[in-house]
Amino acid sequence: MSEEVRLMKGNEAIAHAAIRCGCDGYFGYPITPQSEVMETLMEVEPWKETGMVVLQAESEVSSINMVYGGAATGKKVMTSSSSPGVSLMQEGISYLAGAELPALIVNVMRGGPGLGTIQPSQSDYFQTTKGGGHGDYRLIALAPASVQEMADFVGLAFDLAFKYRNPAIILADGVIGQMMEKVVLPDYKPRRTDEEVEKQCPWAATGRKMSRKNNIITSLELKPEVMEQNNLRFQAKYKTIEENEVRYEEILCDDAEYLLVAFGCSARICQKACEMARAEGIKLGLLRPITLWPFPTKVIAQYANKVKAMLSVELNAGQMVEDVRLAVNGKVPVEHYGRLGGIVFTPDEIVNAVKTKLM
Amino acid sequence: MKEEIIIAGFGGQGVLSMGKILAYSGLMQGKEVTWMPAYGPEQRGGTANVTVILSDEKISSPILNSYDTAIILNQQSLDKFEKTVKPGGTLIYDPYGITTEPTRTDINIHKINAMDACIEMNAAKSFNMILLGGFLKIRPIVELENVLKGLKKTLPERHHHLIPMNEAALKKGMEIIK
Amino acid sequence: MALEDIIKPENLVYKKPDIMNDNPMHYCPGCSHGVVHKLIAEVIEEMGLVEDTIGVTPVGCAVFAYNYIDIDWEEAAHGRAPALATAIKRLRPNKLVFTYQGDGDLAAIGTAETIHACNRGESIAIIFINNGIYGMTGGQMAPTTIEGMKTATCPYGRDVKLNGYPLKITNQLKDLEGTRYVTRQSVQTAAAVRKTKKAIRKAFENCMDGKGGANVVEVVSTCSSGWKLTPEKANKWMEENMFPQYPLGDLIDKDANQ
Repeated sequence: MSEEVRLMKGNEAIAHAAIRCGCDGYFGYPITPQSEVMETLMEVEPWKETGMVVLQAESEVSSINMVYGGAATGKKVMTSSSSPGVSLMQEGISYLAGAELPALIVNVMRGGPGLGTIQPSQSDYFQTTKGGGHGDYRLIALAPASVQEMADFVGLAFDLAFKYRNPAIILADGVIGQMMEKVVLPDYKPRRTDEEVEKQCPWAATGRKMSRKNNIITSLELKPEVMEQNNLRFQAKYKTIEENEVRYEEILCDDAEYLLVAFGCSARICQKACEMARAEGIKLGLLRPITLWPFPTKVIAQYANKVKAMLSVELNAGQMVEDVRLAVNGKVPVEHYGRLGGIVFTPDEIVNAVKTKLM
Repeated sequence: MKEEIIIAGFGGQGVLSMGKILAYSGLMQGKEVTWMPAYGPEQRGGTANVTVILSDEKISSPILNSYDTAIILNQQSLDKFEKTVKPGGTLIYDPYGITTEPTRTDINIHKINAMDACIEMNAAKSFNMILLGGFLKIRPIVELENVLKGLKKTLPERHHHLIPMNEAALKKGMEIIK
Repeated sequence: MALEDIIKPENLVYKKPDIMNDNPMHYCPGCSHGVVHKLIAEVIEEMGLVEDTIGVTPVGCAVFAYNYIDIDWEEAAHGRAPALATAIKRLRPNKLVFTYQGDGDLAAIGTAETIHACNRGESIAIIFINNGIYGMTGGQMAPTTIEGMKTATCPYGRDVKLNGYPLKITNQLKDLEGTRYVTRQSVQTAAAVRKTKKAIRKAFENCMDGKGGANVVEVVSTCSSGWKLTPEKANKWMEENMFPQYPLGDLIDKDANQ
């Protein structure tokens, strides 16, 4: 398949990338601003070409549990939704983490709390990185900042999910979901055969071969001493992920005196703010966490030795800023700039915030 | 080259699709492009706008506070976006339904009677193509040939017979813009 | 007959299914779960589907069904078993996929999943244990608790003004276009056990013939602990009080009507 450049929305890119990376099943429920994901899949009808299952569930509760059902059989399955729908999924996400199932959840964030607005937001950072569901668990969280990354991160998220037997989430926002950009879709990768699935996932409930013990996928363990051991195993896994899977991008950071930290669409807007600030002689750089968990703590700690101050720029009331402050550990001032409830800041607002909050 | 454009008007005027055709045209010309709609439940009657950026280089923010060009189709949008045009930039508007004319003197203001023209042509659906033609006359950032390619990409195959009409509308826009 | 004769294979008159393991069951004496478990295991073995079955357990007393039958299992969140089963069957259409659910799981918290999986005509079997009470959590009111029946959360008996009516959910499921076979059985007598086994067999066979359609086997059951009755009295109470509310028999069998 030659590299064909196309123009599409981030949501559409998610759908096309899912088909191309050999996804076995998508289960979803419509919600703005991400409905194009399932709409695209239903239009393309991948079941005719690749055999991928696409199903509109009766609720987000059901779709995340369909994901659980499919993931437990070793299949590559996913769902997508937006903030209120992802809140409904939290129980299922906790179960996925507790049963150590690889799966992909896409959240195209909109403003909350409650029914909120349909406009872009990043106010589900806490929900995504700190839990959201019950219990001590982590999601591998990728934050795309372009339509190209929407496409690229589907395959990456599945790879990481299967590598660590852990659910992964793509935390996007209404801007990245709704915007159209150039995108080169990943090459077609065939779906794994049942034999390949069994080899990759010997733990999966695929029908018990008499040559092995029966596989039971569960998060339940009534004996607390065993449950503690399970938790310790999860924590060890999370530590490995923290050591190996941190991803970030540094933009105009080399000579930066002030540092913006921003993810997703905010990082794009911040990039423009950096260009504008530099035109005025302010040496402004941008650090963009690509993985929100594991968080790029170490690199931010290093910048705390180089820059005068940092500004965490987020479409929320101040969520990621807490992780930036933990990383900086008091070495330099860390401020927050955000807009709320679906309002998106413009680049000049950020330049002004740098001037008023950092300088 | 980099052109930052806002197109704003009523929903149903073809604002988003005009932006889409422009974005596709840019793609055909080998440009980097972004198309960012102010999305919402608004259909016909509500306000709609879209930010389109065409650039030789990678585009940073898809959301802007000022624009090289504003294409304005109603009074609310004129009130909102006239002040966001960069000094020396371009404002194109259709006077149909405009009660308060733009007043800035540090920008280039062009009027295009696209509504009248499309009624005259008996091609109401070509309204946005007339505007696009006008825009391309003033800001020739993509070649007509690539616009036609872009049209082909955005229109479903069953509507490809409408391309000649759209081409005529583009040319009409180029003629009538003042 | 001497002991050594009795245990000779040729003198074997009954044995439990191989996939029923020797783990001591946590179910209370007199509980219907053990019998239904055994029937499921027998049918799976008799159909030769041990390697091709994926079961889904509920939240409730039967959450640990996976400890007793050695097939592959998925443990679902409360009420969500039909959603899991939907995905499993769609992703692995050649497998026998069944859920095992209680009344709270299926008819309260999981009502939406139950109805929609059935309405989509998923080729799955739902084994529904209806004993009119929440056993696992200590005997609280279930959606199927009958009027006047005492539980921990309706200690003076279910008052329909306060709690609404017992939900006869299989009656609704039979009316869905997606269901193929809906039946209501029991396991308090040998004859009833045989009928239930036939029903489970039919439901499982329906799942595997590629024709589609959801299959529901409700088993009206006892809960000696929750009902605070001896097993014998519980069976009698069930016959006298539950059966009039939940009459036994096939509610719909679309193959029979053809």
